[in-house]
Amino acid sequence: MSAITEEAVDSASIAAAATKRKSLWLVALRTPAVIFGGVILLVMLAIAILAPFLGTVDPTRIDPAARNKRPGTEITMRLDDGSTVKRVAIFGTDSLGRDVYSRVIYGTRVSLVIGVAVALASVAIGLVIGLISGYIRWADSIIMRIMDGLMAIPGILLAIALVSIWRAGLITVIFAIVVPDVPRVVRLVRSVVLTVREEPYVEGAISVGTPTWTLMFRHILPNTVAPLIVQGTFIAASAILAEAILSFLGIGIPPEIPSWGNIMAEGRTLFRVFPHNILYPAIFLALTVLAINIMGDGLRDTLDPKMSKKV
Amino acid sequence: MIDFIVRRLIAIIPVLAVVAVFVFLMLRLTPGDPAAVIAGDNATSDQIADIREKLGLNEPIWTQFAIWIGNVLQGNFGESFFFKKTVAELIAQRIEPTLALAVCTLILAVVIAVPLGVLAAWRHGSLLDRVVMGFAVLGFSVPVFVIGYCLIYVFAIELGWLPVQGYTRIGVNFGQFVERMILPSITLAVVYIALIARITRASVLEVLNEDYIRTARAKGLSNRVVLMRHALRNAAVPILTVIGIGVALLIGGAVVTESVFGLPGLGRLTVEAVLSRDFPTIQTVILLFSVVYVVINLLIDVAYTLFDPRIRY
Repeated sequence: MSAITEEAVDSASIAAAATKRKSLWLVALRTPAVIFGGVILLVMLAIAILAPFLGTVDPTRIDPAARNKRPGTEITMRLDDGSTVKRVAIFGTDSLGRDVYSRVIYGTRVSLVIGVAVALASVAIGLVIGLISGYIRWADSIIMRIMDGLMAIPGILLAIALVSIWRAGLITVIFAIVVPDVPRVVRLVRSVVLTVREEPYVEGAISVGTPTWTLMFRHILPNTVAPLIVQGTFIAASAILAEAILSFLGIGIPPEIPSWGNIMAEGRTLFRVFPHNILYPAIFLALTVLAINIMGDGLRDTLDPKMSKKV
Repeated sequence: MIDFIVRRLIAIIPVLAVVAVFVFLMLRLTPGDPAAVIAGDNATSDQIADIREKLGLNEPIWTQFAIWIGNVLQGNFGESFFFKKTVAELIAQRIEPTLALAVCTLILAVVIAVPLGVLAAWRHGSLLDRVVMGFAVLGFSVPVFVIGYCLIYVFAIELGWLPVQGYTRIGVNFGQFVERMILPSITLAVVYIALIARITRASVLEVLNEDYIRTARAKGLSNRVVLMRHALRNAAVPILTVIGIGVALLIGGAVVTESVFGLPGLGRLTVEAVLSRDFPTIQTVILLFSVVYVVINLLIDVAYTLFDPRIRY
């Protein structure tokens, strides 16, 4: 889904800029876009970590007496010891009487985990394959044909196909979202490697007999860091969206896990009467993805001088 | 030119071969006996043995692939055990809503996004530019189905202007067909508009710095002529490319949009097939969508020459 953005990433110039001037990172971290996105993300992270302390109840707790309450309704909760507590369901309750506020707050955990896990996994896998492809000539044509083939299957469809193979589970869903992203990372890394290996310092390193592994880790790998961070942010954003879409279609992570996608999927049937089941998770989701996208744009503009001239 | 088209056609063969191998392996990668998986939960052992025989599952895997690809190339995609008809029939039945949705969305997106992108580039740094760019980032950040439900809530439930869900075949009642296509097309178009507007702005912006634009301005040509004939035309290649890449988004989005609006199309069929683990149908739909995606991008490659005479093959 991030096909849009990586075409614009001029990997070579990012690589050159990043190695030449370390201070560029500090500049990048001070751009308004990065600060804006970063602050929202930190808030989301805090929400995810502090979920139990934010006035939430067990997000999976079913309460038949409090089904389908509109936001702001006061609910009497019966505790295990028989006593009752009154609390206001600020986001309302769903058709099983679960507290939507608690579910949305806990859902932050699931979405952030998926975003980070998918970004790390696809960058790691793509990096290894991309280095091999860029460095070992005979492997290149085989790897790139396979990557072209994978890219010919529209991303969400490929994820749906993979989920259908193994049935839904958190790990399966993460894997299914990772696979369509890998070819894009591979292409990016490969293009950096192909550019960098022509550089005089790499030729110099080869001529003094630097072993291949040292060459890769000392001279080539550092050049891929900046473009991969930019690419990784966009992958994280699209992964969170992809999870929501898969869960919404009923083929994502198991429905008992409170993810934003699952809460919205659950809210589908009674959407006309109780839109809040879709509205609140949607706001959290959109805000998070927006923050990541804005941050990614900011990072790219700073780390890529060619692009930033334009904007 | 012909030479180029032939070369490009040959180049898509390995791509489609990889797709075919993946689609073929899908069924083999699922845990359990493929014949039992295809037959479904309520199959008798005779039925399973029958399927095993039909698919040649007792043969070595290379022979199985040869049988399968042979069948596919002859248009024989197998039989859907869930819907109880051949997959080819099923697809023929379901293709109209998806095609209609895709065409409406594509037209809507291009008609809205290209002028927006050109205006944003022309008024670079203005409020309009910021609004368009803000919309573009937002468009990427909201899931398709949320946009769909928001539109349904406002225009179908609150205002009551348009129907909530459903589909009327184009031949049955054209007025109703249009009425029922409006919301789904807008829903699906949002992300596509965001994508195209963004790239249009970026590539027009780049072209506007060229010398020939200054020359055109110096000749006293009007803004409209400079923008449309000089800038947009020269910026067309990246825009076309992204329209082609965006087809993948369109296909993925169609799956979701059809589910939201209850359109009985191929996207809905895909989800139904996955939920019922109807593998022949899943395999065929993936194959079909991938072929469409690859072919559209091939056509766009060919179309470059029409827009940019500098490109010679």
